[in-house]
Amino acid sequence: MAEISLHGVTKSFGKTEVIHKTDITINDGEFVVMVGPSGCGKSTVLRMIAGLETATEGEVRIAGKRVNEVEPKDRNIAMVFQNYALYPHMSVYDNMAYGLKIRKLAKDDIERRVQRAAGILELGPYLQRKPRELSGGQRQRVAMGRAIVREPAAFLFDEPLSNLDAKLRVQMRLEIQKLHRELRTTSVYVTHDQVEAMTLANRMIVINAGVVEQIGAPLEVYDNPASLFVAGFIGSPSMNFLQGKRVGDGVELGGGLVIPLPPEIRDKAGEQVTVGVRPEHFVAGEGGSPRFRLHVDTVECLGADSLLHAAFNGNVLVVRIEGHATPPAGSSLDAAIMPGKAYFFDTPTGKRLAA
Amino acid sequence: MVENRPYRDFFAHAVLVTGVLLVAFPLWVTFVASTLTFEQIVNVPMPLWPGDQFLHNYTQVLTSGSEKGSSAPVSTMLFNSLVMALSIAIGKIVISILSAFAIVYFRFPGRQFFFWSVFVTLMLPVEVRIIPTFKVAADLGILDSHVGLALPLIASATATFLFRQFFMTIPDELAEAARIDGAGPIRFFIDVVLPLSKTHMAALFVILFIYGWNQYLWPLLITASESMYTVVIGIKRMIAGGDASNEWHLIMATAMLALMPPALVVVLMQKWFVKGLVETEK
Repeated sequence: MAEISLHGVTKSFGKTEVIHKTDITINDGEFVVMVGPSGCGKSTVLRMIAGLETATEGEVRIAGKRVNEVEPKDRNIAMVFQNYALYPHMSVYDNMAYGLKIRKLAKDDIERRVQRAAGILELGPYLQRKPRELSGGQRQRVAMGRAIVREPAAFLFDEPLSNLDAKLRVQMRLEIQKLHRELRTTSVYVTHDQVEAMTLANRMIVINAGVVEQIGAPLEVYDNPASLFVAGFIGSPSMNFLQGKRVGDGVELGGGLVIPLPPEIRDKAGEQVTVGVRPEHFVAGEGGSPRFRLHVDTVECLGADSLLHAAFNGNVLVVRIEGHATPPAGSSLDAAIMPGKAYFFDTPTGKRLAA
Repeated sequence: MVENRPYRDFFAHAVLVTGVLLVAFPLWVTFVASTLTFEQIVNVPMPLWPGDQFLHNYTQVLTSGSEKGSSAPVSTMLFNSLVMALSIAIGKIVISILSAFAIVYFRFPGRQFFFWSVFVTLMLPVEVRIIPTFKVAADLGILDSHVGLALPLIASATATFLFRQFFMTIPDELAEAARIDGAGPIRFFIDVVLPLSKTHMAALFVILFIYGWNQYLWPLLITASESMYTVVIGIKRMIAGGDASNEWHLIMATAMLALMPPALVVVLMQKWFVKGLVETEK
């Protein structure tokens, strides 16, 4: 168990800086998810914590100690890889026991730890099999078992579920959650899938192009995105954005629609303002103001609710609506934004306009 | 084939049977000749059915060699060939797997340079560099010895290159997982790389054993005493002069014996050989 922290860390490959000055603190026992699009540098951050990459500048600390110069094996961490990275010629048992054998643990201690991990992960019947005789989900469980037996200070997960099919991914997500509840080990989890991030994280770190955009609990990030990028990346389907111009105390979105700016951010808003609305934050039909007319292009019925792809003034908006109130494709619909649910962003900087 | 077309079947089989006959007939003649007496062979036409001299001919070549050409027993030659082929095959595998491991898994100054300098030697087969190699072997004083037979042929660009290509298909994560597990480079090599390379090593062994066994020019150049002859050289030495003076029955028996070990290696290791060439599962 340990706290992990990065202090002013940067990483360059040759002349390209891929991670810009970053400060992150991951508390003891916390499950932190780093999320961002592919190539944003989230895996690089994880690999710097693991010791597989060295930080160009700054300091990585595990349990308060500087570890920049410490070999991965001495950092007391365990890592789970996207492609499992199991030793193909070793049995499941040997895969899990390998690291312990190198550490020269006593035979019965190894046996005890492996059996315990196998118990937690329900791998008991497969201990003598080779990885190629296992399904993807089982292989990933072996990879996690290899991490568990080490009883490390922290687990590092590098997109562990990306190679699994959708159904297994959901199941493994729950298992990882359960595992963390049982073991309470500090965990850092990298993914590009914002659903994984939302469901697993105690706190999530949203990274874009080598910069930490926002750190916070999932709902906090969802409710209060700090920038256009975070707002668009977190949430599925993603937030609708409309480019607007400042007119007096409101934002003109075209077609005569003016959304009033909340008083506390009026001073901060510039000429160009982007208005963001989540799909579920529309009121359809009667009520609400200001009202505007949408033309429904396509309808996706999901059962409990439906997603309307609707045209407004040249933009396509996604609107989530109660399943049994779904209008047919081709019809028109009057809608409004729920009070207080419009997000305002400064278009040139992409920053949220907030008090 | 799903369809049933008798003519095509017949045609296909005819081609195959012809092919087999073309390849097998000389072998059969060799075998038959090795079981006849000298007189039976030189009489035209030579019989095409084995005679009764099998034991006699083979015992003679194995224990005392031929009478006219070279008098070294073929058993010694076979032993020399075996030593040479085994040292070349094993030596090449050991050296090239180690150098490939260094080139793929270590970042050291001049890595690319060393890789390319190994690679470039692919363009220089034994025959091209044989005079300088001879000079080096002479200076080292290893002419006419087992070491001299094998050592200069051990460095192998081909095998290094093959292992390098194979290592590059091993996912980086495996090396990283081993690093986190606490395995140093040598443990990683022994515990992970070697077991994964087993089939490739077996396939290479077959190829290299035959390569070593069939070496002709180099042993011809550096062996002087009959006790160092390899069997391939031995056959050549037995063919001393004109047709009539050659003991064809003994030469043919020697040829049959020379043929056996490579054939055995291929037959026994066929399964591994094929696996090593086609295996894709990592």
